[in-house]
Amino acid sequence: MAAPPRHSTMLSISNGGTQQSGPNDKQTQQQAQTLPQSPGLRVPSNRKTIYDRHLNRSRNAELSRASFAYLFGEMVTYAQRRVTGIQDLEKRLNEQGYPLGLRLLDLLFYRSTSTSSSALSSSSTSSSPPNRPLRIITLLHLIHGPLWRLLFGRSADALEHSVSPDTPNEYMITDNDPLVNTYISVPREMSMLNCAAFVAGIIEGVCDGCGFETKVSAHNQPTEMWPSRTVFLVRFGDSVMEREKVLERAGVK
Amino acid sequence: MSYYFTILSPTDTPLFNIAFGTSKGGGDGIARFRFPETAQYMNQFIIHSSLDILEEAQWTNGGMYLKHIDTYPPAAAYISAFLTPSGARFLLLHQPPHLPSSTSTGSGLGSSSLLGSAGSTTRASSSSVAANPTSPQTEEAVRQFMNEVYENYVKTAMSPFYKQGMEIRSPVFRTRVTAAGKKWL
Repeated sequence: MAAPPRHSTMLSISNGGTQQSGPNDKQTQQQAQTLPQSPGLRVPSNRKTIYDRHLNRSRNAELSRASFAYLFGEMVTYAQRRVTGIQDLEKRLNEQGYPLGLRLLDLLFYRSTSTSSSALSSSSTSSSPPNRPLRIITLLHLIHGPLWRLLFGRSADALEHSVSPDTPNEYMITDNDPLVNTYISVPREMSMLNCAAFVAGIIEGVCDGCGFETKVSAHNQPTEMWPSRTVFLVRFGDSVMEREKVLERAGVK
Repeated sequence: MSYYFTILSPTDTPLFNIAFGTSKGGGDGIARFRFPETAQYMNQFIIHSSLDILEEAQWTNGGMYLKHIDTYPPAAAYISAFLTPSGARFLLLHQPPHLPSSTSTGSGLGSSSLLGSAGSTTRASSSSVAANPTSPQTEEAVRQFMNEVYENYVKTAMSPFYKQGMEIRSPVFRTRVTAAGKKWL
């Protein structure tokens, strides 16, 4: 740490890091020394890689809403380049959200296991890590509750099953005031557009990651009280519905 | 005890693999499989053949750690599996050391006299936790190992430069997995 850091950003990271993880420091340095010196691997000047950072560190950290709105606005602008229409634009937003969903899934489970294990350190046998969702309902509850809380700090507002007998594979998740749309003004000629297609992509990523083939789309359903109310329509594929029947017969929860 | 650990993507692409030996009870951490040097592909063969069983077990057991799922008796290979929620599979093949021509699998005292000249690894591992591949202690050790790898896997997956299904090439990740293997297995 005596040598002057190369970048000022590195300085701030290393300062923050050493304050937080004092006891780990020795271990980290050992790790860094034992690293094979392969060409092409560049470690930051404080010798901390992403593997040295704790995943729960940013757990309760909050993100500036202004910077989020700015970034998201840029993402929409980026997606809007060279698109042929609204559907195409929504598809692009969806594709941007998809990889995020896959990642959030792993993070979500990691965080819920680590909390339960730390809470259980006193009583060792009772805790088990959360189960992977096997049935549609468990999966939807996971999205409606924990995932929404991880993303937006609150649960979604409603979770419904399609009432029509023709479409038993359709479920709806409602958000009365989606954060992503708060700072987006949609021009009149594009009134069909809903930028929450990005969130729909995240949901799709989560479902696919769990092994549920799905198509998710975002739809505007304004009410008088909630002008930007959005419904996410989750359509499960045939393979999922078939498996669901088998699992139901087998009594899997 | 020798180990072969592999991570498979949801589409069965191998993302990472490593072979190592036990470090418990004086083991030197070098893998000694029963196959000749020229037939190391047998490990991959056995591990991949357990995928069918894994895919069945995956929908009846919602846990992430599925414990010991498959055995390949001709090579005395045991396979434990761990499933990440996003569909990546961690598979660990473990194989107890070769006991030369002893039909009695020898527990503790008996085996050490039998194998007096068979080298320190064999003798040491007969007393180690992992000597019995299906014991609860082994299951627990493997679980700890898997959890530690999972933590590092999540860190990899969270990297903005990593896309799902990409091979994990990070030397840091490899060091971490080796360290976890040393610590638990």
